[in-house]
Amino acid sequence: MGKRMVETVIFVIAALAALAGAVTVVLARNPIYSAVGLLGTLFSVAILYVVQLAHLVAAVQVIVYAGAVMTLFLFVIMLIGVDKEEKRVEPLPRQRLWVGILAGAVILFAAGVALFGEFVWVPAAATAIDQEATNGTIQAVAEPLFTDWVLAFEATALLLTIGAAGAVVLAQFKRKRA
Amino acid sequence: MTWPEFWIVVLRVILTFGLLLVATLINVWAERKILADMQNRIGPKRAGPWGILQTVADGLKLFFKEAVTPRKVELGMYLLAPFLAVVPAFLIFMMVPWGKPFTIAGNEVTLQGADLNIGLLFILAMSSLAVYSVVLAGWASGSKYPLLGGVRATAQAISYEAAMGLAMVAVVMFTATQGDGGTLSLAEIVERQAGTWGDIIPALEPVLQFIPRWNVFPQIVAFIIFFIAIVAETNRAPFDLVEAEQEIVGFHTEYSGMRFAMFFLAEYVNIFSMCAIAASLFLGGWNGPTFEGAVPAIVSGILPTVWFLAKTYFLIFLFFWIRATLPRLRYDQLMQLGWKRLIPGALAWLVLSAFVISFRQFGAPWSQ
Repeated sequence: MGKRMVETVIFVIAALAALAGAVTVVLARNPIYSAVGLLGTLFSVAILYVVQLAHLVAAVQVIVYAGAVMTLFLFVIMLIGVDKEEKRVEPLPRQRLWVGILAGAVILFAAGVALFGEFVWVPAAATAIDQEATNGTIQAVAEPLFTDWVLAFEATALLLTIGAAGAVVLAQFKRKRA
Repeated sequence: MTWPEFWIVVLRVILTFGLLLVATLINVWAERKILADMQNRIGPKRAGPWGILQTVADGLKLFFKEAVTPRKVELGMYLLAPFLAVVPAFLIFMMVPWGKPFTIAGNEVTLQGADLNIGLLFILAMSSLAVYSVVLAGWASGSKYPLLGGVRATAQAISYEAAMGLAMVAVVMFTATQGDGGTLSLAEIVERQAGTWGDIIPALEPVLQFIPRWNVFPQIVAFIIFFIAIVAETNRAPFDLVEAEQEIVGFHTEYSGMRFAMFFLAEYVNIFSMCAIAASLFLGGWNGPTFEGAVPAIVSGILPTVWFLAKTYFLIFLFFWIRATLPRLRYDQLMQLGWKRLIPGALAWLVLSAFVISFRQFGAPWSQ
C-alpha cells in the first residue's frame, strides 16, 4: 500500500492516456488531431518519467517534444492546408492486417513474459525513498556529461550545429538557383 | 509521508492557488486604474470602494454570458484550447517561493507550491505548452483571421522564449558561483540572494554593504533582456499584436463568454507569474529586512511575503507604465528586435559572464 498504490494509480492513468494519444495519432483523419494525439502521448510518457523519479528527463521530454510537435503543427497548417483530410486510399495493400498480426504477436509475447517469466515489478518510489538521491537528478546527469563524456558531448553539439547551419545554407542555395 | 505533512502540502498548494487568484483580480483592476490615471481619466469607480470589485463584476458578467459557438469550429479543439491556456499558467506559479519557510509544530512549511529540483526547466516546459492553446484556438475557430493571429502569436512566443531562456542561463551560471554548486531550484536561487554585496570588494565595503545581494546588479543585462522577453511572452503592449484589439484580429476572436474569460484569466495569471519569476531570479524574491527580534514574530514572518509582493508589483507596474507609454511595434520590428537584438545580445552576455565567472574562479588562462 501507500507509495506502491499511488504509483500504480498514476502509472495506469498516464499509460492509458499515452495509449489513447497513440491510437489518435493513427486513427485521426485530420492531421492536426494526430499532432495533438502525439503531444498527449509524449506528455503522458513524461509523467511516467516523473513516476520513475527521472525529473530531468521528463522536463527535457516536454520542452524538446513540445517544440517538435509545434513544428509539425505549423507544417500541417502551411503545407497540407487547414481543413484537408486524409484520403482513404491505401497505398500499401493489406498493411493494416500485417501490422495487426505483428502487434498482436508482440502483445502476446509481452503478456507471456509478464505472466510466466521471472518478471518482478519494482516501483521506483518504493525503492528510492532517499530524498537526496532523487533530488539530484540534474547533478547526477551533469557530472558524467561534463567530466567523463565531455568530448562526446561537445562533438555532438558541434555536429548538431553544423546540421542546422547546413540545412539553412542548402535552403538558401536552392532558392537562389530557382 | 505522515498526515500532518500531507495536510501541509494540501494547504500550501491551496494557499498558492488562492494568492494567484486574488493577485490576478487585483491586477486587472490595478491596470485599469493606473492606466486611467496616466491618461487623465477616472477609470472604474462604481463597483465597491475605488471600483475594486470591478473585476468581480466583469467576471460574473462573462460567466453568465452566452458562449456562442460558431458553426465552422472544430469543436473538440475549440473547447480544449481555453483549458490549455489556463492550466500551464497556474502550474508555472507553483514553482515560485512567495515567503520565507517556517517551522510549525516540528514540520517545515515552505510557502511554495512545489520545490522541484528542475524548477526553471519546469517553467520553460510549461510556457512552451502554453503556446499550444494559442495555435489550437486560432486553428479550431475555423476562420481565417484567428488562424493568422494564432500563427503570428506562435512565432512571437517561440522567438522570445529563446531570449528568455538564454537570460535564465546566465543567471543560473552566476548563481552556481554564489554557493555550493549549481541549482535550477527557484527556492535555492532566492536563498542565495540573501545578505549584501559587502564582501565582494573590500575597499568599497562601506558602500556595498548597503546594497542587497540581488542578481540584478551583476546580471543587469540579463535582467533587461529577460524583462523585455516576458513582456513579449505575456503578449503585453508594445508586443500585443497577438490580440491588438483596435486593428488586428487575434486568435480568440471567435470566443465569447466564459471561454474568452479563460484566455483573459490566463493572460493576467501569466503576467503575475512571470513578474514573480523575474523578482525571484533577479530581485532576491522574498529576501529583505525582517527586523527579527524588534517586532513580533508574526510580523517578521509575514514581511518576506510583503517584500515578495512589493517587488512583483513593482515589475507589474512597469508593465502598465510601458503599456501607457510605448506604441505597438510593427510585426517585422517585433521579429527584428527578437532575433537581431535580444538573442545575439543574450548570447554575447552569456559568453561575457562565462568569461568573468571562469576568470574569477580559475584566474587568467596564462597564469600557472
